[in-house]
Amino acid sequence: MKILTTSFLTCAVKACKSSPLSFPLHYKDAELEQSDIAYNPRFLINILPRIDWDAVRVTATELGFTVPEEKPELPALDASSSTDTIEPADEKTLRELHTLLLETEVREGKLVCGNCGHEYKIKEGIANFLLPSHLGEFELFPFCFLH
Amino acid sequence: MSIDYLVRFVQVHETFRKPELEALACLAKISLEFLFYRECSPFCIIRLHDEKAAKALISRSVLSKGIYELWARATTYEELHSNIKAARSAHWPRYASSSFRFDIDVYQGSHSASQQRKLIESFDYLGFEGPILMKQPDQIYSIFEDYDWSCPVPKQIYFGRWIAGSQRDAINTYSLKSRRYLSTTSMDSELSLITANLTLAAPGKLFYDPFVGTGSFLIASSHFGAVTMGSDIDGRAVRGKDGRNIVTNFQQYELLEKYLDGFISDLTHCPLKMGRILDGIMCDPPYGVREGLKVLGTRDGSGKEAVYINGEPAHMQDKYIPPKKPYSLEAMLDDILEFAASTLVDHARLSLWMPTANDEEIELGAPIHPCLDTISVCVQPFNKWSRRLLTYQRIPEHEIKVRSKPKTRTAIEGSKADDLNAFRKRYFQGFKTQGEPERSL
Ligand SMILES: [Zn+2]
Ligand SMILES: [Zn+2]
Repeated sequence: MKILTTSFLTCAVKACKSSPLSFPLHYKDAELEQSDIAYNPRFLINILPRIDWDAVRVTATELGFTVPEEKPELPALDASSSTDTIEPADEKTLRELHTLLLETEVREGKLVCGNCGHEYKIKEGIANFLLPSHLGEFELFPFCFLH
Repeated sequence: MSIDYLVRFVQVHETFRKPELEALACLAKISLEFLFYRECSPFCIIRLHDEKAAKALISRSVLSKGIYELWARATTYEELHSNIKAARSAHWPRYASSSFRFDIDVYQGSHSASQQRKLIESFDYLGFEGPILMKQPDQIYSIFEDYDWSCPVPKQIYFGRWIAGSQRDAINTYSLKSRRYLSTTSMDSELSLITANLTLAAPGKLFYDPFVGTGSFLIASSHFGAVTMGSDIDGRAVRGKDGRNIVTNFQQYELLEKYLDGFISDLTHCPLKMGRILDGIMCDPPYGVREGLKVLGTRDGSGKEAVYINGEPAHMQDKYIPPKKPYSLEAMLDDILEFAASTLVDHARLSLWMPTANDEEIELGAPIHPCLDTISVCVQPFNKWSRRLLTYQRIPEHEIKVRSKPKTRTAIEGSKADDLNAFRKRYFQGFKTQGEPERSL
């Protein structure tokens, strides 16, 4: 589970969606892995406006990274322009975003909902958001706080 | 200035061909006008701004072989030659010394070698003096003949100069025959690539498949440059088996950098935060031909009690498989469209495969949504059933004039739940014949 993906995820329990506590989910016992992924500035520039930066900051801080308080501003890139027209300062920002959002992955651990406390396991980088039947279809039951 | 071009389509998946070309024109931001198109013919005439547009258009096409500058069309050779002389003689000197070759492309007809030689010689008046090269000549000229089935004379003859080739080689590159991680429901590479084209996959975009299976759609859209993620209710599909999974498929094609993530989830309880974050959604939902549709939840409404095994709640254990309950086809389609409307950015597309009963009283209507324009409906017929690919485009917020209560389905006879069940019964039990894709998950 990459940091970018994490920034798009909330609790799967319907009753939690309206609660601000359910987003972002919180990592617990996270084992991180850093990998080398081809730098893709076009993608970053496209996706950055859709990212909730506060959520990224929460996640990054929990995992021990430091990120700027404000979302970095990047120039728009139109389809015809080439990516080598990027300014050096923007390039540095993009590389940092790339490392944090796409090259950092949680391989093992849990994602925890701040509202209901439900834990979603991550194994080999794959998170499981399937809900037990008592959460899937019905209102939340109190004993779920127990684990 | 506008120029007429001949697109040499393949004569398969006919109803997908025009929508594919229109999608590619949309992607390349070029204007495209169809002057001649018939489902029964592989030859299509279009009008484009210039040669650059022609190359941009066809370079990603899966359902065509190439594009030609059209020099003339006629019903007889006499007429063809006179049309070429009238319209094109000013251009000949430009190609006089280029190396070249002639191709003869006959649909539903044939010529002997000597007839072919004779035919090519009849174009001698063009005055091309460059060397004839079979391999990579500067110019390729092609004579096209379009015959009606078992008719002695062609109904149409075309003559054109080769401009550019298509993306058809990718069908082989991604062939399921050599793919290492597969299931019986994996979409073949040709249809996956076409789906990616219709959904406008391109570099910089984020694509998602909520019924990812073994990742066929993700691979196809990443081939066109999109960054992709997927999820599936079936954890086995996402995790894979014996060291083979979606990730190893991406590795096999050297596309791993385009794979964002896979996770296990159910569309009705999707953990994606509702927000306009996606550039494309492609899916072939499991309509449960064999097992019936399933979502999480128990059939009888029980399951409110947590089950404990060895003191730990059962649902927290690794082996836990949540109970599933039947899910109506209608409800699933509505959920997919609603999800797409909430998550796609303006002008982004959803491509959705669904079965259709085409031979009897129950035909399923294409679902509609007030925030989504229906772009195309393509049909893939099989022997006893057919399925179709529906493509939608997210309407920008300010253009959605009537935000009345969504009418989610076009009125179709027999689309009530009971009828659907009847349809499903027939569909599930019935008429699977050899060579048709298995429909189960
Ligand atoms: Zn929750
Ligand atoms: Zn629980």
